[in-house]
Amino acid sequence: MLIGLHHYLIVAAILFTIGVFGIFVNRKNVIIILMCVELILLAVNINFVAFSTHMEPVAGADPIAGQIFALFILTVAAAEAAVGLAILVVYFRNRGNIAVENIDLMKG
Amino acid sequence: MLIAIAFYILAFTAIAAAFMVVASRNPVHSVMFLILTFFSAAGLFILMGAEFLALLLVMVYVGAVAVLFLFVVMMLDVDFVELKQGFLTYLPIGAVVALILLAEMILVGAAYFSGETKGVVEQNSDRSNIQQFGDVLYTQYAGAFEAAGLVLLVAMIGAIVLTLRTRKGVKTQNAMDQMARTREDGVELVDIEPGQGLG
Repeated sequence: MLIGLHHYLIVAAILFTIGVFGIFVNRKNVIIILMCVELILLAVNINFVAFSTHMEPVAGADPIAGQIFALFILTVAAAEAAVGLAILVVYFRNRGNIAVENIDLMKG
Repeated sequence: MLIAIAFYILAFTAIAAAFMVVASRNPVHSVMFLILTFFSAAGLFILMGAEFLALLLVMVYVGAVAVLFLFVVMMLDVDFVELKQGFLTYLPIGAVVALILLAEMILVGAAYFSGETKGVVEQNSDRSNIQQFGDVLYTQYAGAFEAAGLVLLVAMIGAIVLTLRTRKGVKTQNAMDQMARTREDGVELVDIEPGQGLG
């Protein structure tokens, strides 16, 4: 039973789908939505690493590039979590709850 | 065989934990399951041969991001039972979208792998994963690396600026005043006669 590229891709696809599903279902809780975004980014990372480690070396294309990009995605995900949670804290201070439905109050 | 067993255990753990992140009633439990998901994903990375990223995932996510989430969840005094309402309302539409997404991705994958594609090979490099990283990260991708650092800096400053607040009626230290003090302002030398005191 050989574990190939497609096994990892299927796991990533399922994780991605669960992330999107979570955003749909947990409409009211911003914290869960942020976690679901993290899940989606993790799925993307698994794809990058899987392709990177299973890639046949081609002239002019270093397979490690996929892992480098996964590293950058990791950076952006961490920054996104920090800023998102900071916005959440400020919003909670101003309004006393974190219901997503009320966040659009500022629209014109 | 052992690799296959490890893969299936890690993959099922990751997927089950990811589902529990979404389905859990208590956000603290959600964060715990998120940690489990990332841990299993790190295991998958190791199976693939990307040890450096696996350790990075554990450090960044389990060590920093998950703790950040936990901190915010516990700090915000929110009625989470109320927030969970609407779960069943949005369940059908969410399930439909999720199933369509999954079907599409499986379709694309199946179409790709059924056609005539070049066989996928495992790399057998004599250089370790982290050596390969170091070869290109600071040379070929130096600009992107600097940009990533800049992104982190901006995010850090942004988070601090967003959450910083000056409260009125609280005694705080004034650093400028403190540093501008001289010896003459702060120290007064008094000659005290014996037996008289400061009186």
